Amino acid sequence: MDIALFARHTDYEWEIAPHGAMRVPAVIYADEALIRAMDHKVYEQVCNVATLPGIVKASYAMPDAHWGYGFPIGGVAAFDPEDGGVVSAGGVGFDISCGVRCLHTGLNSEDVIAVQKALADTLYREIPAGLGSTGAIRLNQSEMDAMLTGGAAWAVKRGHGSAADLEHIEEHGQMRGARPECVSEHAKKRQRDEMGTLGSGNHYLEVQKVVKVFDVKAAQAFGIRENDVVVSIHCGSRGLGHQIGTEFLKAMVIAASGYGIMLPDRELACAPINSPLGEDYLGAMRAAINCAFANRQILTHLVRDAFAMVLPKARLPLLYDVSHNTCKVEEHVVDGKPRKLYVHRKGATRAFGPGHPDIPAALRSVGQPVLIGGSMGTGSYILAGAREGEALSFSSACHGAGRAMSRHQAYKTWKGRQVIDELAARGILIRSPSGRGVAEEAPGAYKDVSAVVDAADAAGLAHKVARLEPLVCIKG
Amino acid sequence: MNKKRWEHFPHEADMGVRGIGNSKEEAFEQAAIAMSAVITDPAKISAVERVEIACTAPDDELLLVDWLNALIYEMATRKWLFSRFEVHIKEHQLVASVWGEPMDTDKHQLAVEIKGATYTALRVAQESSGEWVAQCVVDV
Repeated sequence: MDIALFARHTDYEWEIAPHGAMRVPAVIYADEALIRAMDHKVYEQVCNVATLPGIVKASYAMPDAHWGYGFPIGGVAAFDPEDGGVVSAGGVGFDISCGVRCLHTGLNSEDVIAVQKALADTLYREIPAGLGSTGAIRLNQSEMDAMLTGGAAWAVKRGHGSAADLEHIEEHGQMRGARPECVSEHAKKRQRDEMGTLGSGNHYLEVQKVVKVFDVKAAQAFGIRENDVVVSIHCGSRGLGHQIGTEFLKAMVIAASGYGIMLPDRELACAPINSPLGEDYLGAMRAAINCAFANRQILTHLVRDAFAMVLPKARLPLLYDVSHNTCKVEEHVVDGKPRKLYVHRKGATRAFGPGHPDIPAALRSVGQPVLIGGSMGTGSYILAGAREGEALSFSSACHGAGRAMSRHQAYKTWKGRQVIDELAARGILIRSPSGRGVAEEAPGAYKDVSAVVDAADAAGLAHKVARLEPLVCIKG
Repeated sequence: MNKKRWEHFPHEADMGVRGIGNSKEEAFEQAAIAMSAVITDPAKISAVERVEIACTAPDDELLLVDWLNALIYEMATRKWLFSRFEVHIKEHQLVASVWGEPMDTDKHQLAVEIKGATYTALRVAQESSGEWVAQCVVDV
């Protein structure tokens, strides 16, 4: 993008003054190189979000922002129901509550490298991954509804993991206000055999080595040291969330004009928070958040079983679980006054600063863990939410690297086998049912995650704690 | 007039599907093939069994999204892929017969699951050449 379009407040904060139908300014957090490299569509989309009714303060974009649907991916916006604020199915996206969960293993890299191939093969055998794969669990109607209200707590009750896990998940693993009756039969049917599946595309399960610690105090609070091994799981609410997104997007597109909402882009489909449609969507979306929690919890259990087969001394307590496609009710201070706002994060991670009561007690002093996924080759990061983030972006940070190249281009550029061999030569074992899927997700098709994380750190959204590099990657 | 055909167009994170034909129906059919081609090579999908699909929407563009989403739903719940499509549109009602077969990881080399058809780059229109175009981005 042309930097002349922005007022540069700091080296990392770029503002677009309200123009046209914009009700508030738009703000992008990034360094100059990232801004220049961003697609102009991000500019259009972040400005379009600023036109929606009841938006508070500004429409934000994170350093990994790229062209999304309605909202940019990496978009954050808060709405006040007392001010005609809206909830947007487009602002949450299709993969409701897609997120990242990180597990300790109690192992170091030497432990894992000694059995790396066996571990990769066992994980690949035990974790259903890729298009068309199904889980071992079948839910009848009452169990489905119990899962949609209970989330990870439901999964723990069924024997998938322990109660201690729940303390380390946003909302304690159970989103309140879920209404299974607002979830269509189609959405439930789509989920029937998908519990405990990883999915495909950019979803993955990785065994990772902590290669660098940037903040020793925070790393200590999070329980990680250099050379430790952790497991990260990236996936969401599977078919159920996709179907809810699809159905409410259509309902909101059709209903918008009746609510007097002018949509600059149909994908911004939304409804007033205080409307039957808005309330139904919130009830269904919260059920999908629980589905994502339950799904990641079941996958966690499968990972623990797989480790027990290969590395019986491993213990895999949960470090933390974050969702990056959500709308949540949170209290934020705006102009000195606390307000209850509906914060949309579309490809953005909640990043509460130190002391926030919603952070587990053991981690509270250093801020909420912010888990950032990279590509198969480039590594991932753990950050901690920063106090300044509250005033900057309603306590939000980036979520990943973002693509630098379309899938089409990546598939033309690489062969799956070649990507797998090159990574194996660097000590990274890939297991995937699809060579084409691996080619489309090649490391070179992604932006440099380090540049994104450095910008988030420098902007004050979250602070770098540790960098992770993959040893094993299970790719759907 | 040119032959009916399909193509992909780039989206930063995902993929655009475009069908082109001599009628709106043909464009919808070709867009469906383009969507199958996001997942696998459509030539690898045998048209062995038939499924009936019906949908209704207030306009042609919403109807295209509905049509593709109906196919996504059938693929997801049946674990099938489709390669042959026969579409009939009257007013804003679509009825279609589609043919395909169960997904087979080895045979189809499945690239990626499609989460939903979106309203991004959505367009259904007759060009000045007389050809119909039906396109949108699908989220993967």
